[in-house]
Amino acid sequence: MTNYLLRRLLYMIPTLIAVSFVAFAVITLPPGDYADTYVLAARQSGQVVTPEQEQAIREFYKLDRPWIVQYWDWTSSIITRGDFGFSFQWDLPVNELIWPRLAMTFVVSFSSLMLVWIIAIPIGVYSAVRQYSVGDMLATIFGFIGLAIPNFLFALVLMYVSFRYFGASVGGLFSPEYINAPWSFAKLGDFLGKLWLPMVVLGTAGTAGLIRVVRANLLDELKKPYVVTARAKGMRERDAIRKYPLRIALNPFVSSLNDVFVQLVSGATIVSVVLSLQTTGPLLLEALRAEDMYLAGSFIMMLSLLTVVGTLVSDLLLAWLDPRIRFR
Amino acid sequence: MSVAMPTLEDAGASENAPRVVTPAQLIWRKFRRHRLAMLGAVLTIALYLGAAFAPFIAPFGPNEYQSRYTYAPPQTVHWIRTNEEGRRIFGPYVYDLKVSVDYASGRRVFETDRENVIPIRFFPRGAEYRLFGFIPADRHLFGPADPDRPMFLTGADRLGRDMFSRTIIGSQVSLSIGLVGVIMSLILGLIFGGLSGYYGGAVDTLIQRVIEFLQSIPSIPLWIGLAAALPKDVNPALIYFYITLILSLIGWTGLARVVRGRFLSLKNEDFVRAARLDGASPWRVMFRHMVPSFLSHIIAAVTLAIPAMILAETALSFLGLGLRQPVISWGVLLQEAQNIRSVATAPWLFVPGGAVVVAVLAMNFLGDGLRDAADPFSSN
Repeated sequence: MTNYLLRRLLYMIPTLIAVSFVAFAVITLPPGDYADTYVLAARQSGQVVTPEQEQAIREFYKLDRPWIVQYWDWTSSIITRGDFGFSFQWDLPVNELIWPRLAMTFVVSFSSLMLVWIIAIPIGVYSAVRQYSVGDMLATIFGFIGLAIPNFLFALVLMYVSFRYFGASVGGLFSPEYINAPWSFAKLGDFLGKLWLPMVVLGTAGTAGLIRVVRANLLDELKKPYVVTARAKGMRERDAIRKYPLRIALNPFVSSLNDVFVQLVSGATIVSVVLSLQTTGPLLLEALRAEDMYLAGSFIMMLSLLTVVGTLVSDLLLAWLDPRIRFR
Repeated sequence: MSVAMPTLEDAGASENAPRVVTPAQLIWRKFRRHRLAMLGAVLTIALYLGAAFAPFIAPFGPNEYQSRYTYAPPQTVHWIRTNEEGRRIFGPYVYDLKVSVDYASGRRVFETDRENVIPIRFFPRGAEYRLFGFIPADRHLFGPADPDRPMFLTGADRLGRDMFSRTIIGSQVSLSIGLVGVIMSLILGLIFGGLSGYYGGAVDTLIQRVIEFLQSIPSIPLWIGLAAALPKDVNPALIYFYITLILSLIGWTGLARVVRGRFLSLKNEDFVRAARLDGASPWRVMFRHMVPSFLSHIIAAVTLAIPAMILAETALSFLGLGLRQPVISWGVLLQEAQNIRSVATAPWLFVPGGAVVVAVLAMNFLGDGLRDAADPFSSN
């Protein structure tokens, strides 16, 4: 197992290099650079910017260097100093901006994942054991609808409903008075009171997908002779299901759990723009629009890292759950 | 197919020989039993037909506006009324809208005017359009008898444009972008999945690593990163092309996996070996012998991939990073719903969202049914 873990960690190195490369390539893709954005904004507010000044800005931010040099500077300072560069737009080091946001993204995505897990397994098992019952059909319908409603639309509809019928606007993760307040029990309570909405919005699609995975796999297992044997021995029905078939049916569940996590992190981007959550989404979108390259690049890279680590964790979980998997 | 068909020789006596059933017939039989899938198929066909004839079905042109009727609420269609002489007439109509301005809020207030009816006519003349892009026409399926009076079946938007017409016109772009995107993904998926499955070994490992890598990157941040890179001022058709390209950049991975899996399982079948021993080129073995035998699986996978593309386009356009005005797609229309206050005044701005949900559901049902029916020789 240790060997396997080490090998998997080694595998992550080329992946991370590729991730950083892609992230940097994506953010340098737009024509023009931050100097253009800056000059355009300055000109629009009536200031005069000479070409020399424009050149000076470009030199100051080192935007005039070749692509590969910029990439090397960026990645090497991340590795050696943990320095993700500088946000032009905010006039702050990227480090100060991304960590609180990433932490929030992680909290939102992870708690949605827990919600998905808690809901999907029991419903999936129920659907499989009572195939074609009313409950199973309801779960199937819920599943399809959950897959078909775009996340952001669901968020909008929920916002509309709460605005219309409860007179409250539900955006954000904190009430205005707590945004800059230090953590306290009151703030935590406020936070938990707001967290449920993005959790539900994000969790629906994933729950819908996983219910179908659990149901399909358990249905396959339930037909196998060993379940018949267990029943014939006089084992209680719930034990006959829980002890063997469920455990095997959860195997594809765990491996698809990772896809769900990737989708959650990815979906959280749009949902948080709609709900104006203090996560990575809105800031990333702004940074991309303003061509604030190091900020945007760091976000894309760290979000990818989050999902790459998620993949590793779910693979380890799979190896632990199913002894048949050999550590190759 | 690898399974031997019952032929006349096998059956012996020719009179009571079993009828030869082709795989296509078997698939159809199996598919027909799946009710939701049939429903999905009917809806999907209806949606695509609707998109093809969109300007004809839509009572108004997409940019026709009546500024008097900004945010007019939906009007219900009634069927039976009594005319001036007291006779009962059967025919569709809507009630007129009384408009007044609430000066406190600066909004228009609409009231149903039960005194005045607006009869609905079939095939009236209206906005000019080109059917299929080249047949000039100005007849619409239905519309108000007097073209200047309001008939907003699902309400009007900020500028007094008919939401119903715009949603139908929007289906053209939204539904076709899914199709075009999937075709691009399919081409990539077939090439890479095919290479991976056919050659195996190092090629397979390399392609699989690339796929795993692409799948482990959260797609939406990557999409918005790429979409933000699109030049702002190029023509809409080019933007459309770029967006499909961006979507299929990730979309092909799923299809490539399906193709690879099928290739691996077919590689050692006798008919493939026979073709190879006959000296057929790898290209011919792949596309002449192997692809036809798993075509049904591919079709199912493709059907399931289209709704994902539609959802992605909607999300990107909604964020303002995908298609933009004056292009009309469901995502572009939903941009209007971004502001919670305008939605609170006009909940019918969600109508294009409803269309997205219906289209995605229909295609998921259809794809599910096709996947189950794709292998007609399996027992369940």
